[in-house]
Amino acid sequence: MIEISNLHKSYKMGANSLHVLKGINLKVAEGELLSIMGSSGSGKSTLLNILGMLDEADEGSYVLDGVPIKNLNEKIAAKYRNKFLGFIFQSFNLIGYKNALDNVALPLYYQGLSRGERTDRAMSYLEKVGLADWSGHLPNELSGGQKQRVAIARALASDPKVLLADEPTGALDTKTSYEVMDLIQEINDEGRTILVVTHEHDIAQMTKRIVNLKDGVIIEDTVVSQVRALENV
Amino acid sequence: MFDLDRWDEIFETIRKNKLRTFLTGLSVASGIFILVVLLGIGEGMRNGIAREFEQDASNLIFVFPGVTSKEYKGLNPGRRIQLKNQDYDQILRLYGDKLDKSASLYQNWGQVLNYGKESGSYAVHGTFPAYQELENMSLTSGRFIDLHDLENSEKAMVIGHRVKLDLFKGEDPIGKMVQVSGVNFKVVGVFTDPGGERDEARAVVPITTAQKAFGGANNIERLYLTMKPEDNFDAAVAASNQFSAQLEDFLKEQHTVAPDDNSAIHINNYLENAKRFFTLMDMIRLFFWGVGICTIIAGVVGVSNIMLIIVKERTREIGIRKALGAQPLSIIGMILHESIFVTAIAGFLGLIFSLTLLEFIGPMIETQYIYNPTVNFTVAINTVVILVIAGALAGFFPAWRAARIKPITALRDE
Ligand SMILES: Nc1ncnc2c1ncn2[C@@H]1O[C@H](COP(=O)(O)OP(=O)(O)OP(=O)(O)O)[C@@H](O)[C@H]1O
Ligand SMILES: [Mg+2]
Repeated sequence: MIEISNLHKSYKMGANSLHVLKGINLKVAEGELLSIMGSSGSGKSTLLNILGMLDEADEGSYVLDGVPIKNLNEKIAAKYRNKFLGFIFQSFNLIGYKNALDNVALPLYYQGLSRGERTDRAMSYLEKVGLADWSGHLPNELSGGQKQRVAIARALASDPKVLLADEPTGALDTKTSYEVMDLIQEINDEGRTILVVTHEHDIAQMTKRIVNLKDGVIIEDTVVSQVRALENV
Repeated sequence: MFDLDRWDEIFETIRKNKLRTFLTGLSVASGIFILVVLLGIGEGMRNGIAREFEQDASNLIFVFPGVTSKEYKGLNPGRRIQLKNQDYDQILRLYGDKLDKSASLYQNWGQVLNYGKESGSYAVHGTFPAYQELENMSLTSGRFIDLHDLENSEKAMVIGHRVKLDLFKGEDPIGKMVQVSGVNFKVVGVFTDPGGERDEARAVVPITTAQKAFGGANNIERLYLTMKPEDNFDAAVAASNQFSAQLEDFLKEQHTVAPDDNSAIHINNYLENAKRFFTLMDMIRLFFWGVGICTIIAGVVGVSNIMLIIVKERTREIGIRKALGAQPLSIIGMILHESIFVTAIAGFLGLIFSLTLLEFIGPMIETQYIYNPTVNFTVAINTVVILVIAGALAGFFPAWRAARIKPITALRDE
């Protein structure tokens, strides 16, 4: 599903240049649930953003579902993001003036679906994350966990090949974190490929494979026996 | 533009961001409002002054004699000039082809008019039929003096409204006899004058009759002349100035007045006065335009600022939309669509509101200097269009930039 090799990325800041990713090689198969770990500043978010086409690599190749991702202009990148990818952010990134339903329906708007279809599909994803009753609420009327579940519903709405989650539980307490991880595991059980960036070991243990990043290279890549989140709630 | 979903999006953002929409709208609407009202007042002032001038036939040339101030050809200064019938006749003979209407006036102040037991002292004007139009008199009953009266020195008299009220009370004066210095005049008409009470306290008789009845010989006091119309105002001014000069030369020669003596013959050229006034009015209008344009510029700057702030404020939202797959064009479209929609609606609201104000308040303004304040509709519409375009342009550049930056940069914006 995802194949990257020799990926490099540096940030230029004035005269200096900070080399963040120093040749990353990674293969992720369809249906995997993978966590990316590493200390702060090790380049986890940078990697995930490049995989999400929110940012560009300087060097290396990236193939997503058989499609080589290179020389992207913003138009094509937008199309790919819409078709292939769903994002879940630590800070939720919901649009504040849109209610839960409209937030979930937004990627479908950019897919060009009719209004009726958008509402139906968005509603079914809200049901899936258990928030059907909250569809009319604005983000600031929801708890952190609820917001993240709306964000997950939104990421799922466009039926992406890959879900990318950057510290999805970073802003949540333990109990809520596990509920969110339970939802993520459920979605993975249905066969969707998911990458989760996290700091927390217990969260990482709930995935199926842990990739450890240090100073811009992968130092460890282990398969773990998954802990079901539901057991810990 | 006809993408219904886009409209849905716009209406939703507008509904959910009322304050932002209101502020944008307010700056546009008030800009238009101020401009239209200013232009309206400017136009009203112009109309008001134009109306003042229309009350007297505006291309009127008015001649009255004075006293010489210079010695000339052996004649001492301080000599009173007396115009004669011959002057008037000769002017008509020499310049008649240029003239439209003309009248000479032999005038008697303080004549006592008697009717029955009533009597009063009024000015009696001996003149020509054209005097009615030259003085803008309107008849309320009967007729004015005519050529037949003049040729036969008929004792016909047209009295002012005031005279009628004083002497006749409720009675119909037409056909009644009024005595002046022992001479019986038959009242043939009653007139009103836009000059009001004072100008209505007089009576008009044929000049021939007046000169005979009041011992005027062939003396006249004043000349009233209007010129044939020209194609435009400037040509009319030029023609009337030239004619005034010729007239002055002619009369000075007739009455042996030094060419540089300015006190013996007075020629009052209303058109020249009017021109000065119109120039002043144009200046005032220019001023209002200047203020108006500054208002528009202020409006444009205001709209631009608001658009910049809006786009800045929405940077993160733009990042989110891009992460969800929004095309750069759809981002630009969304921002422009909203800004054009809001500025256009607000602009037209400001326009409608100010035009309504002018429409209803305008006619109520009862001052001498503002009359019928109106605004050129095209100008007003253009102003709205300019503001809308300015708003769109002001929104376009930041929107374009926001649509092009990497989504991650936009998402990081706090
Ligand atoms: N836009 C940027 N400009 C300059 N430097 C950046 C930028 N984004 C990230 N960096 C730097 O790159 C390095 C890696 O950042 P990254 O966000 O990928 O770290 P991370 O592993 O996600 O850390 P954390 O766990 O704290 O989120 C950091 O040193 C950071 O300061
Ligand atoms: Mg990070």
